[in-house]
Amino acid sequence: MKKLVVFMCVILMTGPIIAQTLEVCKTCAITSVQAAIIQAKAFDTIVVKKGVYKEHNLNVDKPLTIIGRNQPVIDGELKGEIITIISDNVTIDGLMIKNVGTSYTSDYAAIRVKRSKNFTIQNVVLEKLFFGIYVERSSDGKILNNKIIGDAVEEYNSGNGIQLWYSKNIQIENNTVQHVRDGIYLEFSDFCTIKNNLSSLNVRYGLHFMFSNDDVYEDNVFSNNGAGVAVMFSKRIKMYNNLFKDNWGTASYGMLLKEINDAEIIGNTFHDNTIGISIEGSNRIIYKHNNFRNNGWAIKVRGACYTNTFTENNFLYNSFDIAYNSNVNDNTFDRNYWSSYTGYDLNKNGIGDIPYRPVKLFSYIVNRTPETIILLRSMFIDIIDFSEKVSPVFTPDDLLDNNPLMKKAIW
Amino acid sequence: MLKILKYSFYDLMRSRWSYVYFAFYLLLGIVLLFLNNDLSKAVITLMNVIIILVPLIGTIFGVMYYYNSKEFTELLLAQPLKRSSIFLGQYLGVAISLSMSLILGLGLPFVFYGLFESSAIWDFSLLLITGTFLTLIFTALAFNIALSNENKIKGFGYAILLWLFLAVIYDGIFLLVLIGFEEYPLDKVSLIGTMLNPIDLSRTLILLKLDISALLGYTGAIFKQFFGTNYGLIVSFIALSLWVIVPVLRIVYKSKKKDF
Repeated sequence: MKKLVVFMCVILMTGPIIAQTLEVCKTCAITSVQAAIIQAKAFDTIVVKKGVYKEHNLNVDKPLTIIGRNQPVIDGELKGEIITIISDNVTIDGLMIKNVGTSYTSDYAAIRVKRSKNFTIQNVVLEKLFFGIYVERSSDGKILNNKIIGDAVEEYNSGNGIQLWYSKNIQIENNTVQHVRDGIYLEFSDFCTIKNNLSSLNVRYGLHFMFSNDDVYEDNVFSNNGAGVAVMFSKRIKMYNNLFKDNWGTASYGMLLKEINDAEIIGNTFHDNTIGISIEGSNRIIYKHNNFRNNGWAIKVRGACYTNTFTENNFLYNSFDIAYNSNVNDNTFDRNYWSSYTGYDLNKNGIGDIPYRPVKLFSYIVNRTPETIILLRSMFIDIIDFSEKVSPVFTPDDLLDNNPLMKKAIW
Repeated sequence: MLKILKYSFYDLMRSRWSYVYFAFYLLLGIVLLFLNNDLSKAVITLMNVIIILVPLIGTIFGVMYYYNSKEFTELLLAQPLKRSSIFLGQYLGVAISLSMSLILGLGLPFVFYGLFESSAIWDFSLLLITGTFLTLIFTALAFNIALSNENKIKGFGYAILLWLFLAVIYDGIFLLVLIGFEEYPLDKVSLIGTMLNPIDLSRTLILLKLDISALLGYTGAIFKQFFGTNYGLIVSFIALSLWVIVPVLRIVYKSKKKDF
């Protein structure tokens, strides 16, 4: 045992001694990052000092640590991809990378990670980009504290901020992504964690899942995107404590769920979205402790949604709480707070004595003929809503919250 | 005309009903603001009151005033006075005193609540402006009905029916039309349908200030594009003004022709 400890110590102490540090600056022996990468041996550290380096197609093919001092700039001059990592154990820290080339045939990225393990990309600032950080067939990486500011205007000629493709166990934390197509995009990527990121002002989605399973995203903020988060064709995604706000526009929503099974949506806040959550073909999802405030539609159910449970959520001042487009219901609503609930609580147990019907007839009509929205809050609509409430014909008659809370749910 | 206006106005100011009306709004404003801590909800309740109650009270008050002061009107008609100035004076007297009760009754609590410091002042002024318009419109309509019907009961009946039609039944027909023709492009139709009914128009104007997110949905965009811009606002106010001017012109016309 003792021998082993000594052995470990020796390894730990000699490690940094063996590894060299190469400096890159305009007046150093090495004046370009490209040259430094070629000269460096595995496990060396390259320190890039302040300055502007006009380089592209940097191939990092050995385990290196590339650190920027005082944020040096690597300017790709719109010629193509800038850094490509094809080795394991690479760290990129503190660089500013800008002017990635735009192409309609290949996805040029500021930093591409290819078949690599244990990579770290942190404190990097990306500007004027096509794709930002593109991770393909890699695993166990970290993408931390980066700032990605694009200038995307249209979907077809812009790329994503952070894109994962066939990757596993990637940690994405504390990043800011703005003005790109999709802020963060996961395709065929499992077991990833996305935490504390700010994704805003993106052309399409703040965060986008496709065919990705077992991922967690929490404490993120998604605001002013074309749509907040789109979760599609994925399983077992956990969504905790995120904030979805101001996703505002004719076809915008806070969150879109399409073909999602067994997900958990807990502790999120949706406010001032045109549609809070739009659900399509999603089963066995748990909605708990979410706040829906001032949305046009808090939840819009478009069909084929079974065995979802909604418990202890707050629905506050939404124009429509729930919209259904059919009168079949297999979802459970229980112990939610509805600001438009008008019942009473005689036995003072905090639970309303008469059930609440969250689907109004008017929301059904609007679903069918969208122009009728012009009659919102008209007295006639109140009257037909009331009569529908008394005896449901068009809306699912078993769609009830049997235990509506009298006061806001606090957890 | 001004003399008669002044007389009607003071007469109404002395009457119990103006005070009741004023007190009602004052109470409503106070209750909404000070017993309810959510301002946005208060404004929505207020909107419901304005688009339902204001027209109703305007109609009933107008009809009531006309029938009650009929003998006095006949006395005035014996004097060398222009008919149009007698009736316009009475109409304006009623409409202005009602509008004043509304503006003061709702305005005072909001001013004490600190309206001038808040950003809601524009929404609130829009509420009051549409409220005033609705009072002017429905009082004028009420005078029209009263002028055309000697029978009090009939007059009241028609007045209530008119209110019921514009506040409720119109929307029902509108909804049926929209659903019935759902295969056709309906955005123009729904815009025109809204413009034609002063209650709907006021509601839409206020809603676009408050409830935008839902209206902004897929089709809401066109309404927003229209009502949300200055152009739309001006057109809406012109429509509301027309709703005042046309009935007033009919009052003048009718009063000249009428046998007393």
